[in-house]
Amino acid sequence: MDTLHPLVEALISLMLLIGALFMLVGAIGLVRFGDFFMRLHAPTKATTLGVGGVLIAAMVHSWAGGRFGVPELLITLFLFITAPVSANLMAKAALHLKVPSKAGRPAGIDDGAQTQDKQG
Amino acid sequence: MATGTIQPKRWLAHPFMSAIIAASWLLLQQSLAVPQLITATVLALVLPRVLAGFLGPQVKVSSWATVVRFAGIVLWDIVVSNITVAKIVLNPAREPQPAWVPVPLDLRHPNGIALLATVITTTPGTVSCVIDEDRHEILVHALDCSDPAAMAQDIKNRYERPLREIFE
Repeated sequence: MDTLHPLVEALISLMLLIGALFMLVGAIGLVRFGDFFMRLHAPTKATTLGVGGVLIAAMVHSWAGGRFGVPELLITLFLFITAPVSANLMAKAALHLKVPSKAGRPAGIDDGAQTQDKQG
Repeated sequence: MATGTIQPKRWLAHPFMSAIIAASWLLLQQSLAVPQLITATVLALVLPRVLAGFLGPQVKVSSWATVVRFAGIVLWDIVVSNITVAKIVLNPAREPQPAWVPVPLDLRHPNGIALLATVITTTPGTVSCVIDEDRHEILVHALDCSDPAAMAQDIKNRYERPLREIFE
């Protein structure tokens, strides 16, 4: 375990760095962007290449250490299922509450309050 | 209770879902021991049956080659748009121009529409905000977009067309 090939170690470090970089970019975006809907984009960044890079590093590390299996893929699967659903729910709630958006109010959504009530 | 067509209660009505449940369980347990295999089988048989009312009709995938091609397109776009969005975030002089992009849908399969909305959100720079199944439209919020009509057409060509080939 402590004698990994230097190339493998370099690959693991590279993937960790890429993942960390994109998570940092997501965090900076969260601070920098002006309104709620723009900040909603930050988690989609962090959960794709950010987590992706860290998971690839983890898989390479465990393969090099002799453990077969890809449980890390499950993390990808669960993120792929849950992250868009929560983003969609938050966006819907924000539209319903008429949270101000720099992109203006979308056309055809102004009657959204009534249609939502009708369905609920 | 669901008001749609009543699904006949069958074992293994959703073989693909059963396979994923069994594989997920074995991966979580990190083991192929007999007790785990039995648990995986029971879960794979029981869960889809219990959830049948929520699942709708079984998905018939018409082209597995398109599935593979579509997965490739999505993975590639995730990498490319991650870099695009990173450039926007890291350039202090660059003020992104957010826009609402209504994407009219030709795709009618509910699972296909759900997958399309998921892919749009997973690709950085776009989030599906409202999935309007009555008007057949997904309302997308784009982080930086100067031409909403072109972006809607792009989403339709890149994602919706292969999904229609897969589901319809």
